Parts: sequence; structure tokens; C-alpha cells
Amino acid sequence: MTAISLRTGGRTAARKAPRRIRELPRLIGWSVLGWVVAIAFFLPVLWMIITAFKPESAAETWPPQFTFSPTLSEFSSAFANIGPFLTHSAVATVGSTILVLLLAIPAAYALSVYPVRRWRDGLFFFISTKMLPIVAAIGPLYVIALHTHLLDTIWLLIILYTAMNLPLAIWMIRSFMLEVPNELLEAARLDGAGRIREMGSVILPVVLPGVVSTGLICVIFAWNELFLAINLTTTNASTVPMFLVGGISTEGLFIAHLSAAATIASVPVIVVGWIAQRSLVRGLAMGAIK
Amino acid sequence: MAVLDSVAAPARTARIRPRGASRRERWLRRLPLLPALIYVVVVTQAPFVVTVWYSFQSYFWDIPRPARFNGLSNYSTVFTDPAFRGSLARSVIMTASAVIVAMILGVLLAMMLDRKFLGRGVARTLIITPFLVMPAAAALIWAYPLLDANYGLLNYLLAPFGVNHVAWLSVQPLLSVTAVMIWQWTPFMTLIVLAGLQSQPADTLEAAKVDGAGAFATFRELTIPHLRPYIELGILLGSIYLVNTFDAVRLMTNGGPGTATTNLPFFLYQKVDYAYDIGGAAAAGVVTVVLTIIVATFALRMFARVFRFEEARG
Repeated sequence: MTAISLRTGGRTAARKAPRRIRELPRLIGWSVLGWVVAIAFFLPVLWMIITAFKPESAAETWPPQFTFSPTLSEFSSAFANIGPFLTHSAVATVGSTILVLLLAIPAAYALSVYPVRRWRDGLFFFISTKMLPIVAAIGPLYVIALHTHLLDTIWLLIILYTAMNLPLAIWMIRSFMLEVPNELLEAARLDGAGRIREMGSVILPVVLPGVVSTGLICVIFAWNELFLAINLTTTNASTVPMFLVGGISTEGLFIAHLSAAATIASVPVIVVGWIAQRSLVRGLAMGAIK
Repeated sequence: MAVLDSVAAPARTARIRPRGASRRERWLRRLPLLPALIYVVVVTQAPFVVTVWYSFQSYFWDIPRPARFNGLSNYSTVFTDPAFRGSLARSVIMTASAVIVAMILGVLLAMMLDRKFLGRGVARTLIITPFLVMPAAAALIWAYPLLDANYGLLNYLLAPFGVNHVAWLSVQPLLSVTAVMIWQWTPFMTLIVLAGLQSQPADTLEAAKVDGAGAFATFRELTIPHLRPYIELGILLGSIYLVNTFDAVRLMTNGGPGTATTNLPFFLYQKVDYAYDIGGAAAAGVVTVVLTIIVATFALRMFARVFRFEEARG
């Protein structure tokens, strides 16, 4: 599970004390470098959060202000309008993720535990659908949505986000299923467990953490999606990224307001990603290398 | 699809022989796969079929007139349209440069994070954060609080180096948009390469050290070959996602100034949302898909090593 484990820990622990003292300058050097790089990468996010707490008049100054009396007024004004967008995004994200898992778990099973004969072709087919840029079909998608009365509905977003995330989910869950120890499966078979029971009592408990991390990746991609939403929805299903698009203004001061809205939109996924970072990498890397 | 399937075929080693391949057993195995397969075929392939059909029609959705067949005229428009060629070229340049730079930075950052230092876990968490930021939010944060000419933070930080209120989005629009793509995808590359570095067997590295191999020789002879599939995977996944970049273009520059940052997704968005030209967008889409299949075919050949799947169970 811990892809980014502290492998180096064992190596250094074995070293003797004098060596450790000699390595101290190097340790400090790497620490300084590591922190400078980390802060440089994080700086735009930090600046977004700082600006969100500024009063509008303090956000647009030269030189930029680093000391100011923080205010929540931009957050409250953003929250006053973002409500429906948050609801639409949450429904589309959760709905599509549930649908993805319902479809991906059996499919991954059919490509790993009891594989169909041409399982390689199946895997290739799923990933190849990700290579066709969805943007190419956006015009016809619009017309299809119009004729099926799905235009500007959350159902349309759920359907499309499911298709968008399904291939990656199948790849990831398959790689987790391959890790179920053969002995466990053999034992269950000897006990006379049918395939349904084998799935429920042997496979699912083992792959559950993997399924959760797959779900989190689907949540991230669905929550952040803008292209389909902006083309296929207007008001009834407009999502959080579209709220941000509407926040740009050509007149007046709007930077603090924009930063507050961007912070509200980003923080849920950032927190989810921080919590899930270990399994996130593992899922992405193993999905294809296994 | 057929092209991709034919590439998939040589990679197959045909060692798998499903046990008990009776007719009933075969269907029993196929059954769990069918819902996902049917779903993907209907939702992702059907629109492309419709796209092919509309590419031969003249259809403007703002005009209440049914689509009518107009032969190849949409295609001749696409091929003679410098705007299409320009957006295609910009898509290739933006995707390729973003993926390559993000991967180089990713390898460097991963090597740094593979060393032990104080607070490494927190540093790693900060470094992966850009990947988690909503792309629309990232685009806005860069466009306004960071890159603005009058009060942007970047100009402030660069002021000691003689940079004086540069309007980045007007002066270097393509570079600015690509920089945001790189900022968001470097963490992804870092994580994949880091997973590769940490899956390196420690005893092999120990053995190289005992044999007196220098750090550089170890890196070149052991680490790089070991990392190759991870790097290839990162490039593949990064390209798949970055070629569809839309948010940064729409929100930072709106494709401009002029068409300086109009890539394919933005070009098609304009055709549908502003020109109402379904037929023209469809023809451009078909050309895009054909080009993508050609590129993907080569890519899959090159990346065949990535797909040495662990065998499924028998």
C-alpha cells in the first residue's frame, strides 16, 4: 500500500554515529533545497489563499501587501452565490464515481481473476478510448444531448464523467485484484465458495483500499472537469468550475473575490488528495505497469 | 479503433488459456465485462460515429433548418483553414513542451524526494498540491494574482532582477499557458518517477556500491533502465490529459491575443459555441481523431514495453 515508503530509513539507521555526524552537512543541504523547491511549488496556492482573505482594496496594490487585516467578507459573498454550483458538482461527481465503480469492479474482475480469453485486447480497448480526444465530438455531443433532452441536466454530466473515468478505473482496480494472493482464492474454492461469495468474502475485502483510492481519483477528475460542463450546460447543471468562469469581470476590483471562489472550489479536492496521496500514486503507477 | 487493436495484437503472447473453456464458462467470464464494455462503446464510440455523419452535413444549430448533405466541403474548409492548422500546431507544441519539461522536472524532484531530509513528507505534500488544484482555479490564480502586470506577485518577485511590470499574458501568452500546464503536471510526473525509484531493489544498489560503482554510473546503468517504464507511462498519461487542455486557455488568454494560444480544444469550442457550426466542428473533429489515431499508433508501438502486463490468472 505504501508506495512512497521510507525505504531509505532502514539504510541510514544502520549507519554508525560518526558517519551520521559527517553526513550532517549533506542532510542540511538537502533539507534546505527540498524546502525551497517545495515552497516554490506551493507558493501560487498559498498566494491564492492569502489573497482570498484580503479585503478587495488590499488585493490590488503595488507592491503586493503581505500584512493586512484578514477578512472573511469575500468568502461569505462567494458562498452566497456558489450554492447551486456546489450542489451540481457534488451530485455529478458522486453520481459518476458510484456508477464508475459499479461498472469497473466487475469489468476488472473479468480481466484479472477469471480473465476472458482476449483480456489484453479488452484492456487496450479501454485505454484507447482515452486517447480519442472527447473535444473532437463536442459538436455532435451537443446535438445528441439536445435531441435526447439531456442538455443542461446533471444526468448528462454523470453519463459523460462516468465514461471519462471508467477506463482508468478499470486499469487501476484490475491491478489491485491481481494482488489478491492466489492461496486465498484457492482456499475459498476448496471451501466450495461460489464466484459471488468468493468475490464478496475474499476479493472485495482485499481490494477495498484500492477501490477507495480509485474512487478518489475519479472524484478529483470529475470535480475539476470544465470543458464538457461549459459546452453542455448553462444554468440547471452548471458546476463549480463554471462558477469560476463567471467570476472574471472586466471592470472593478475582483481579485480577492476570485481568489476566495478559487479557494472554495479547490480545497475539497486538495484535502482529499493530501489524505490519499500514497494510494493515489500507487494506483496510477501500478495500473499500467502491472 | 481497429488501428489500435492491430497494434495491441503483437504484444499478445497468447500464453493465457482460460481453464475450462466451455461455452458456458466463456460466457460466465464475459458477463461481468459486458456492462462496462457496452457502456464505453455506446457513450464514447457512438458520438464519434455521429461526428463522422455530421462532418458531411451543413448544420448550424442556431438556424432552424435541418442538416443537409454537403459532401466534402466541410473537409475542404478544414484543410484550407489556416486557423485549424495553427491550432493543431499550437496543440502539439504546448502538449509536447509541457510533457517534456514536466517530466525533466519530475525526475529531478523525484530524485530529491528519494533522499532523506528533514520534513520530507511535508515537502512532498506541498509539491503534489498543484496537481490537485482545480485547473480552472489554477488558471485564474496564475492569470490574475500571479501574472498581472500591475500588481502580480511574479513581477514583484522578479523586480530585483530588473523585470518591470511585464504583462506576461500579452508578451508571452503561449509560455504563460504552458507554464501553468507544467506547474500542474510536474507533481504527477514526480509521483510516478518516485514510485519507480522506490521500487528499485535496495540490494542491487548496495551490490553496485560494494563493487565500487560511482553514483553516476549506478544512476546510468541501473536507475535509468529501471525507471524507463515509469517515465514512459508518465509521458503517455500526461500527453493524453494535456492534449485536451482547455481550462488554462479559456480562462487565462481566451485563445489570444489574436489566436496566439488557440489550441484544438479551444478552436472546436469556438466553432460550436460561437460559430454554431456543427458540421465544420465535426469535420475538424474527424481530422483530429484520425491524426490522434496515427500518433497513438506510433506511441503505443514505442510504449509497448509499458504494457507488459502481469499475467492474469488462468
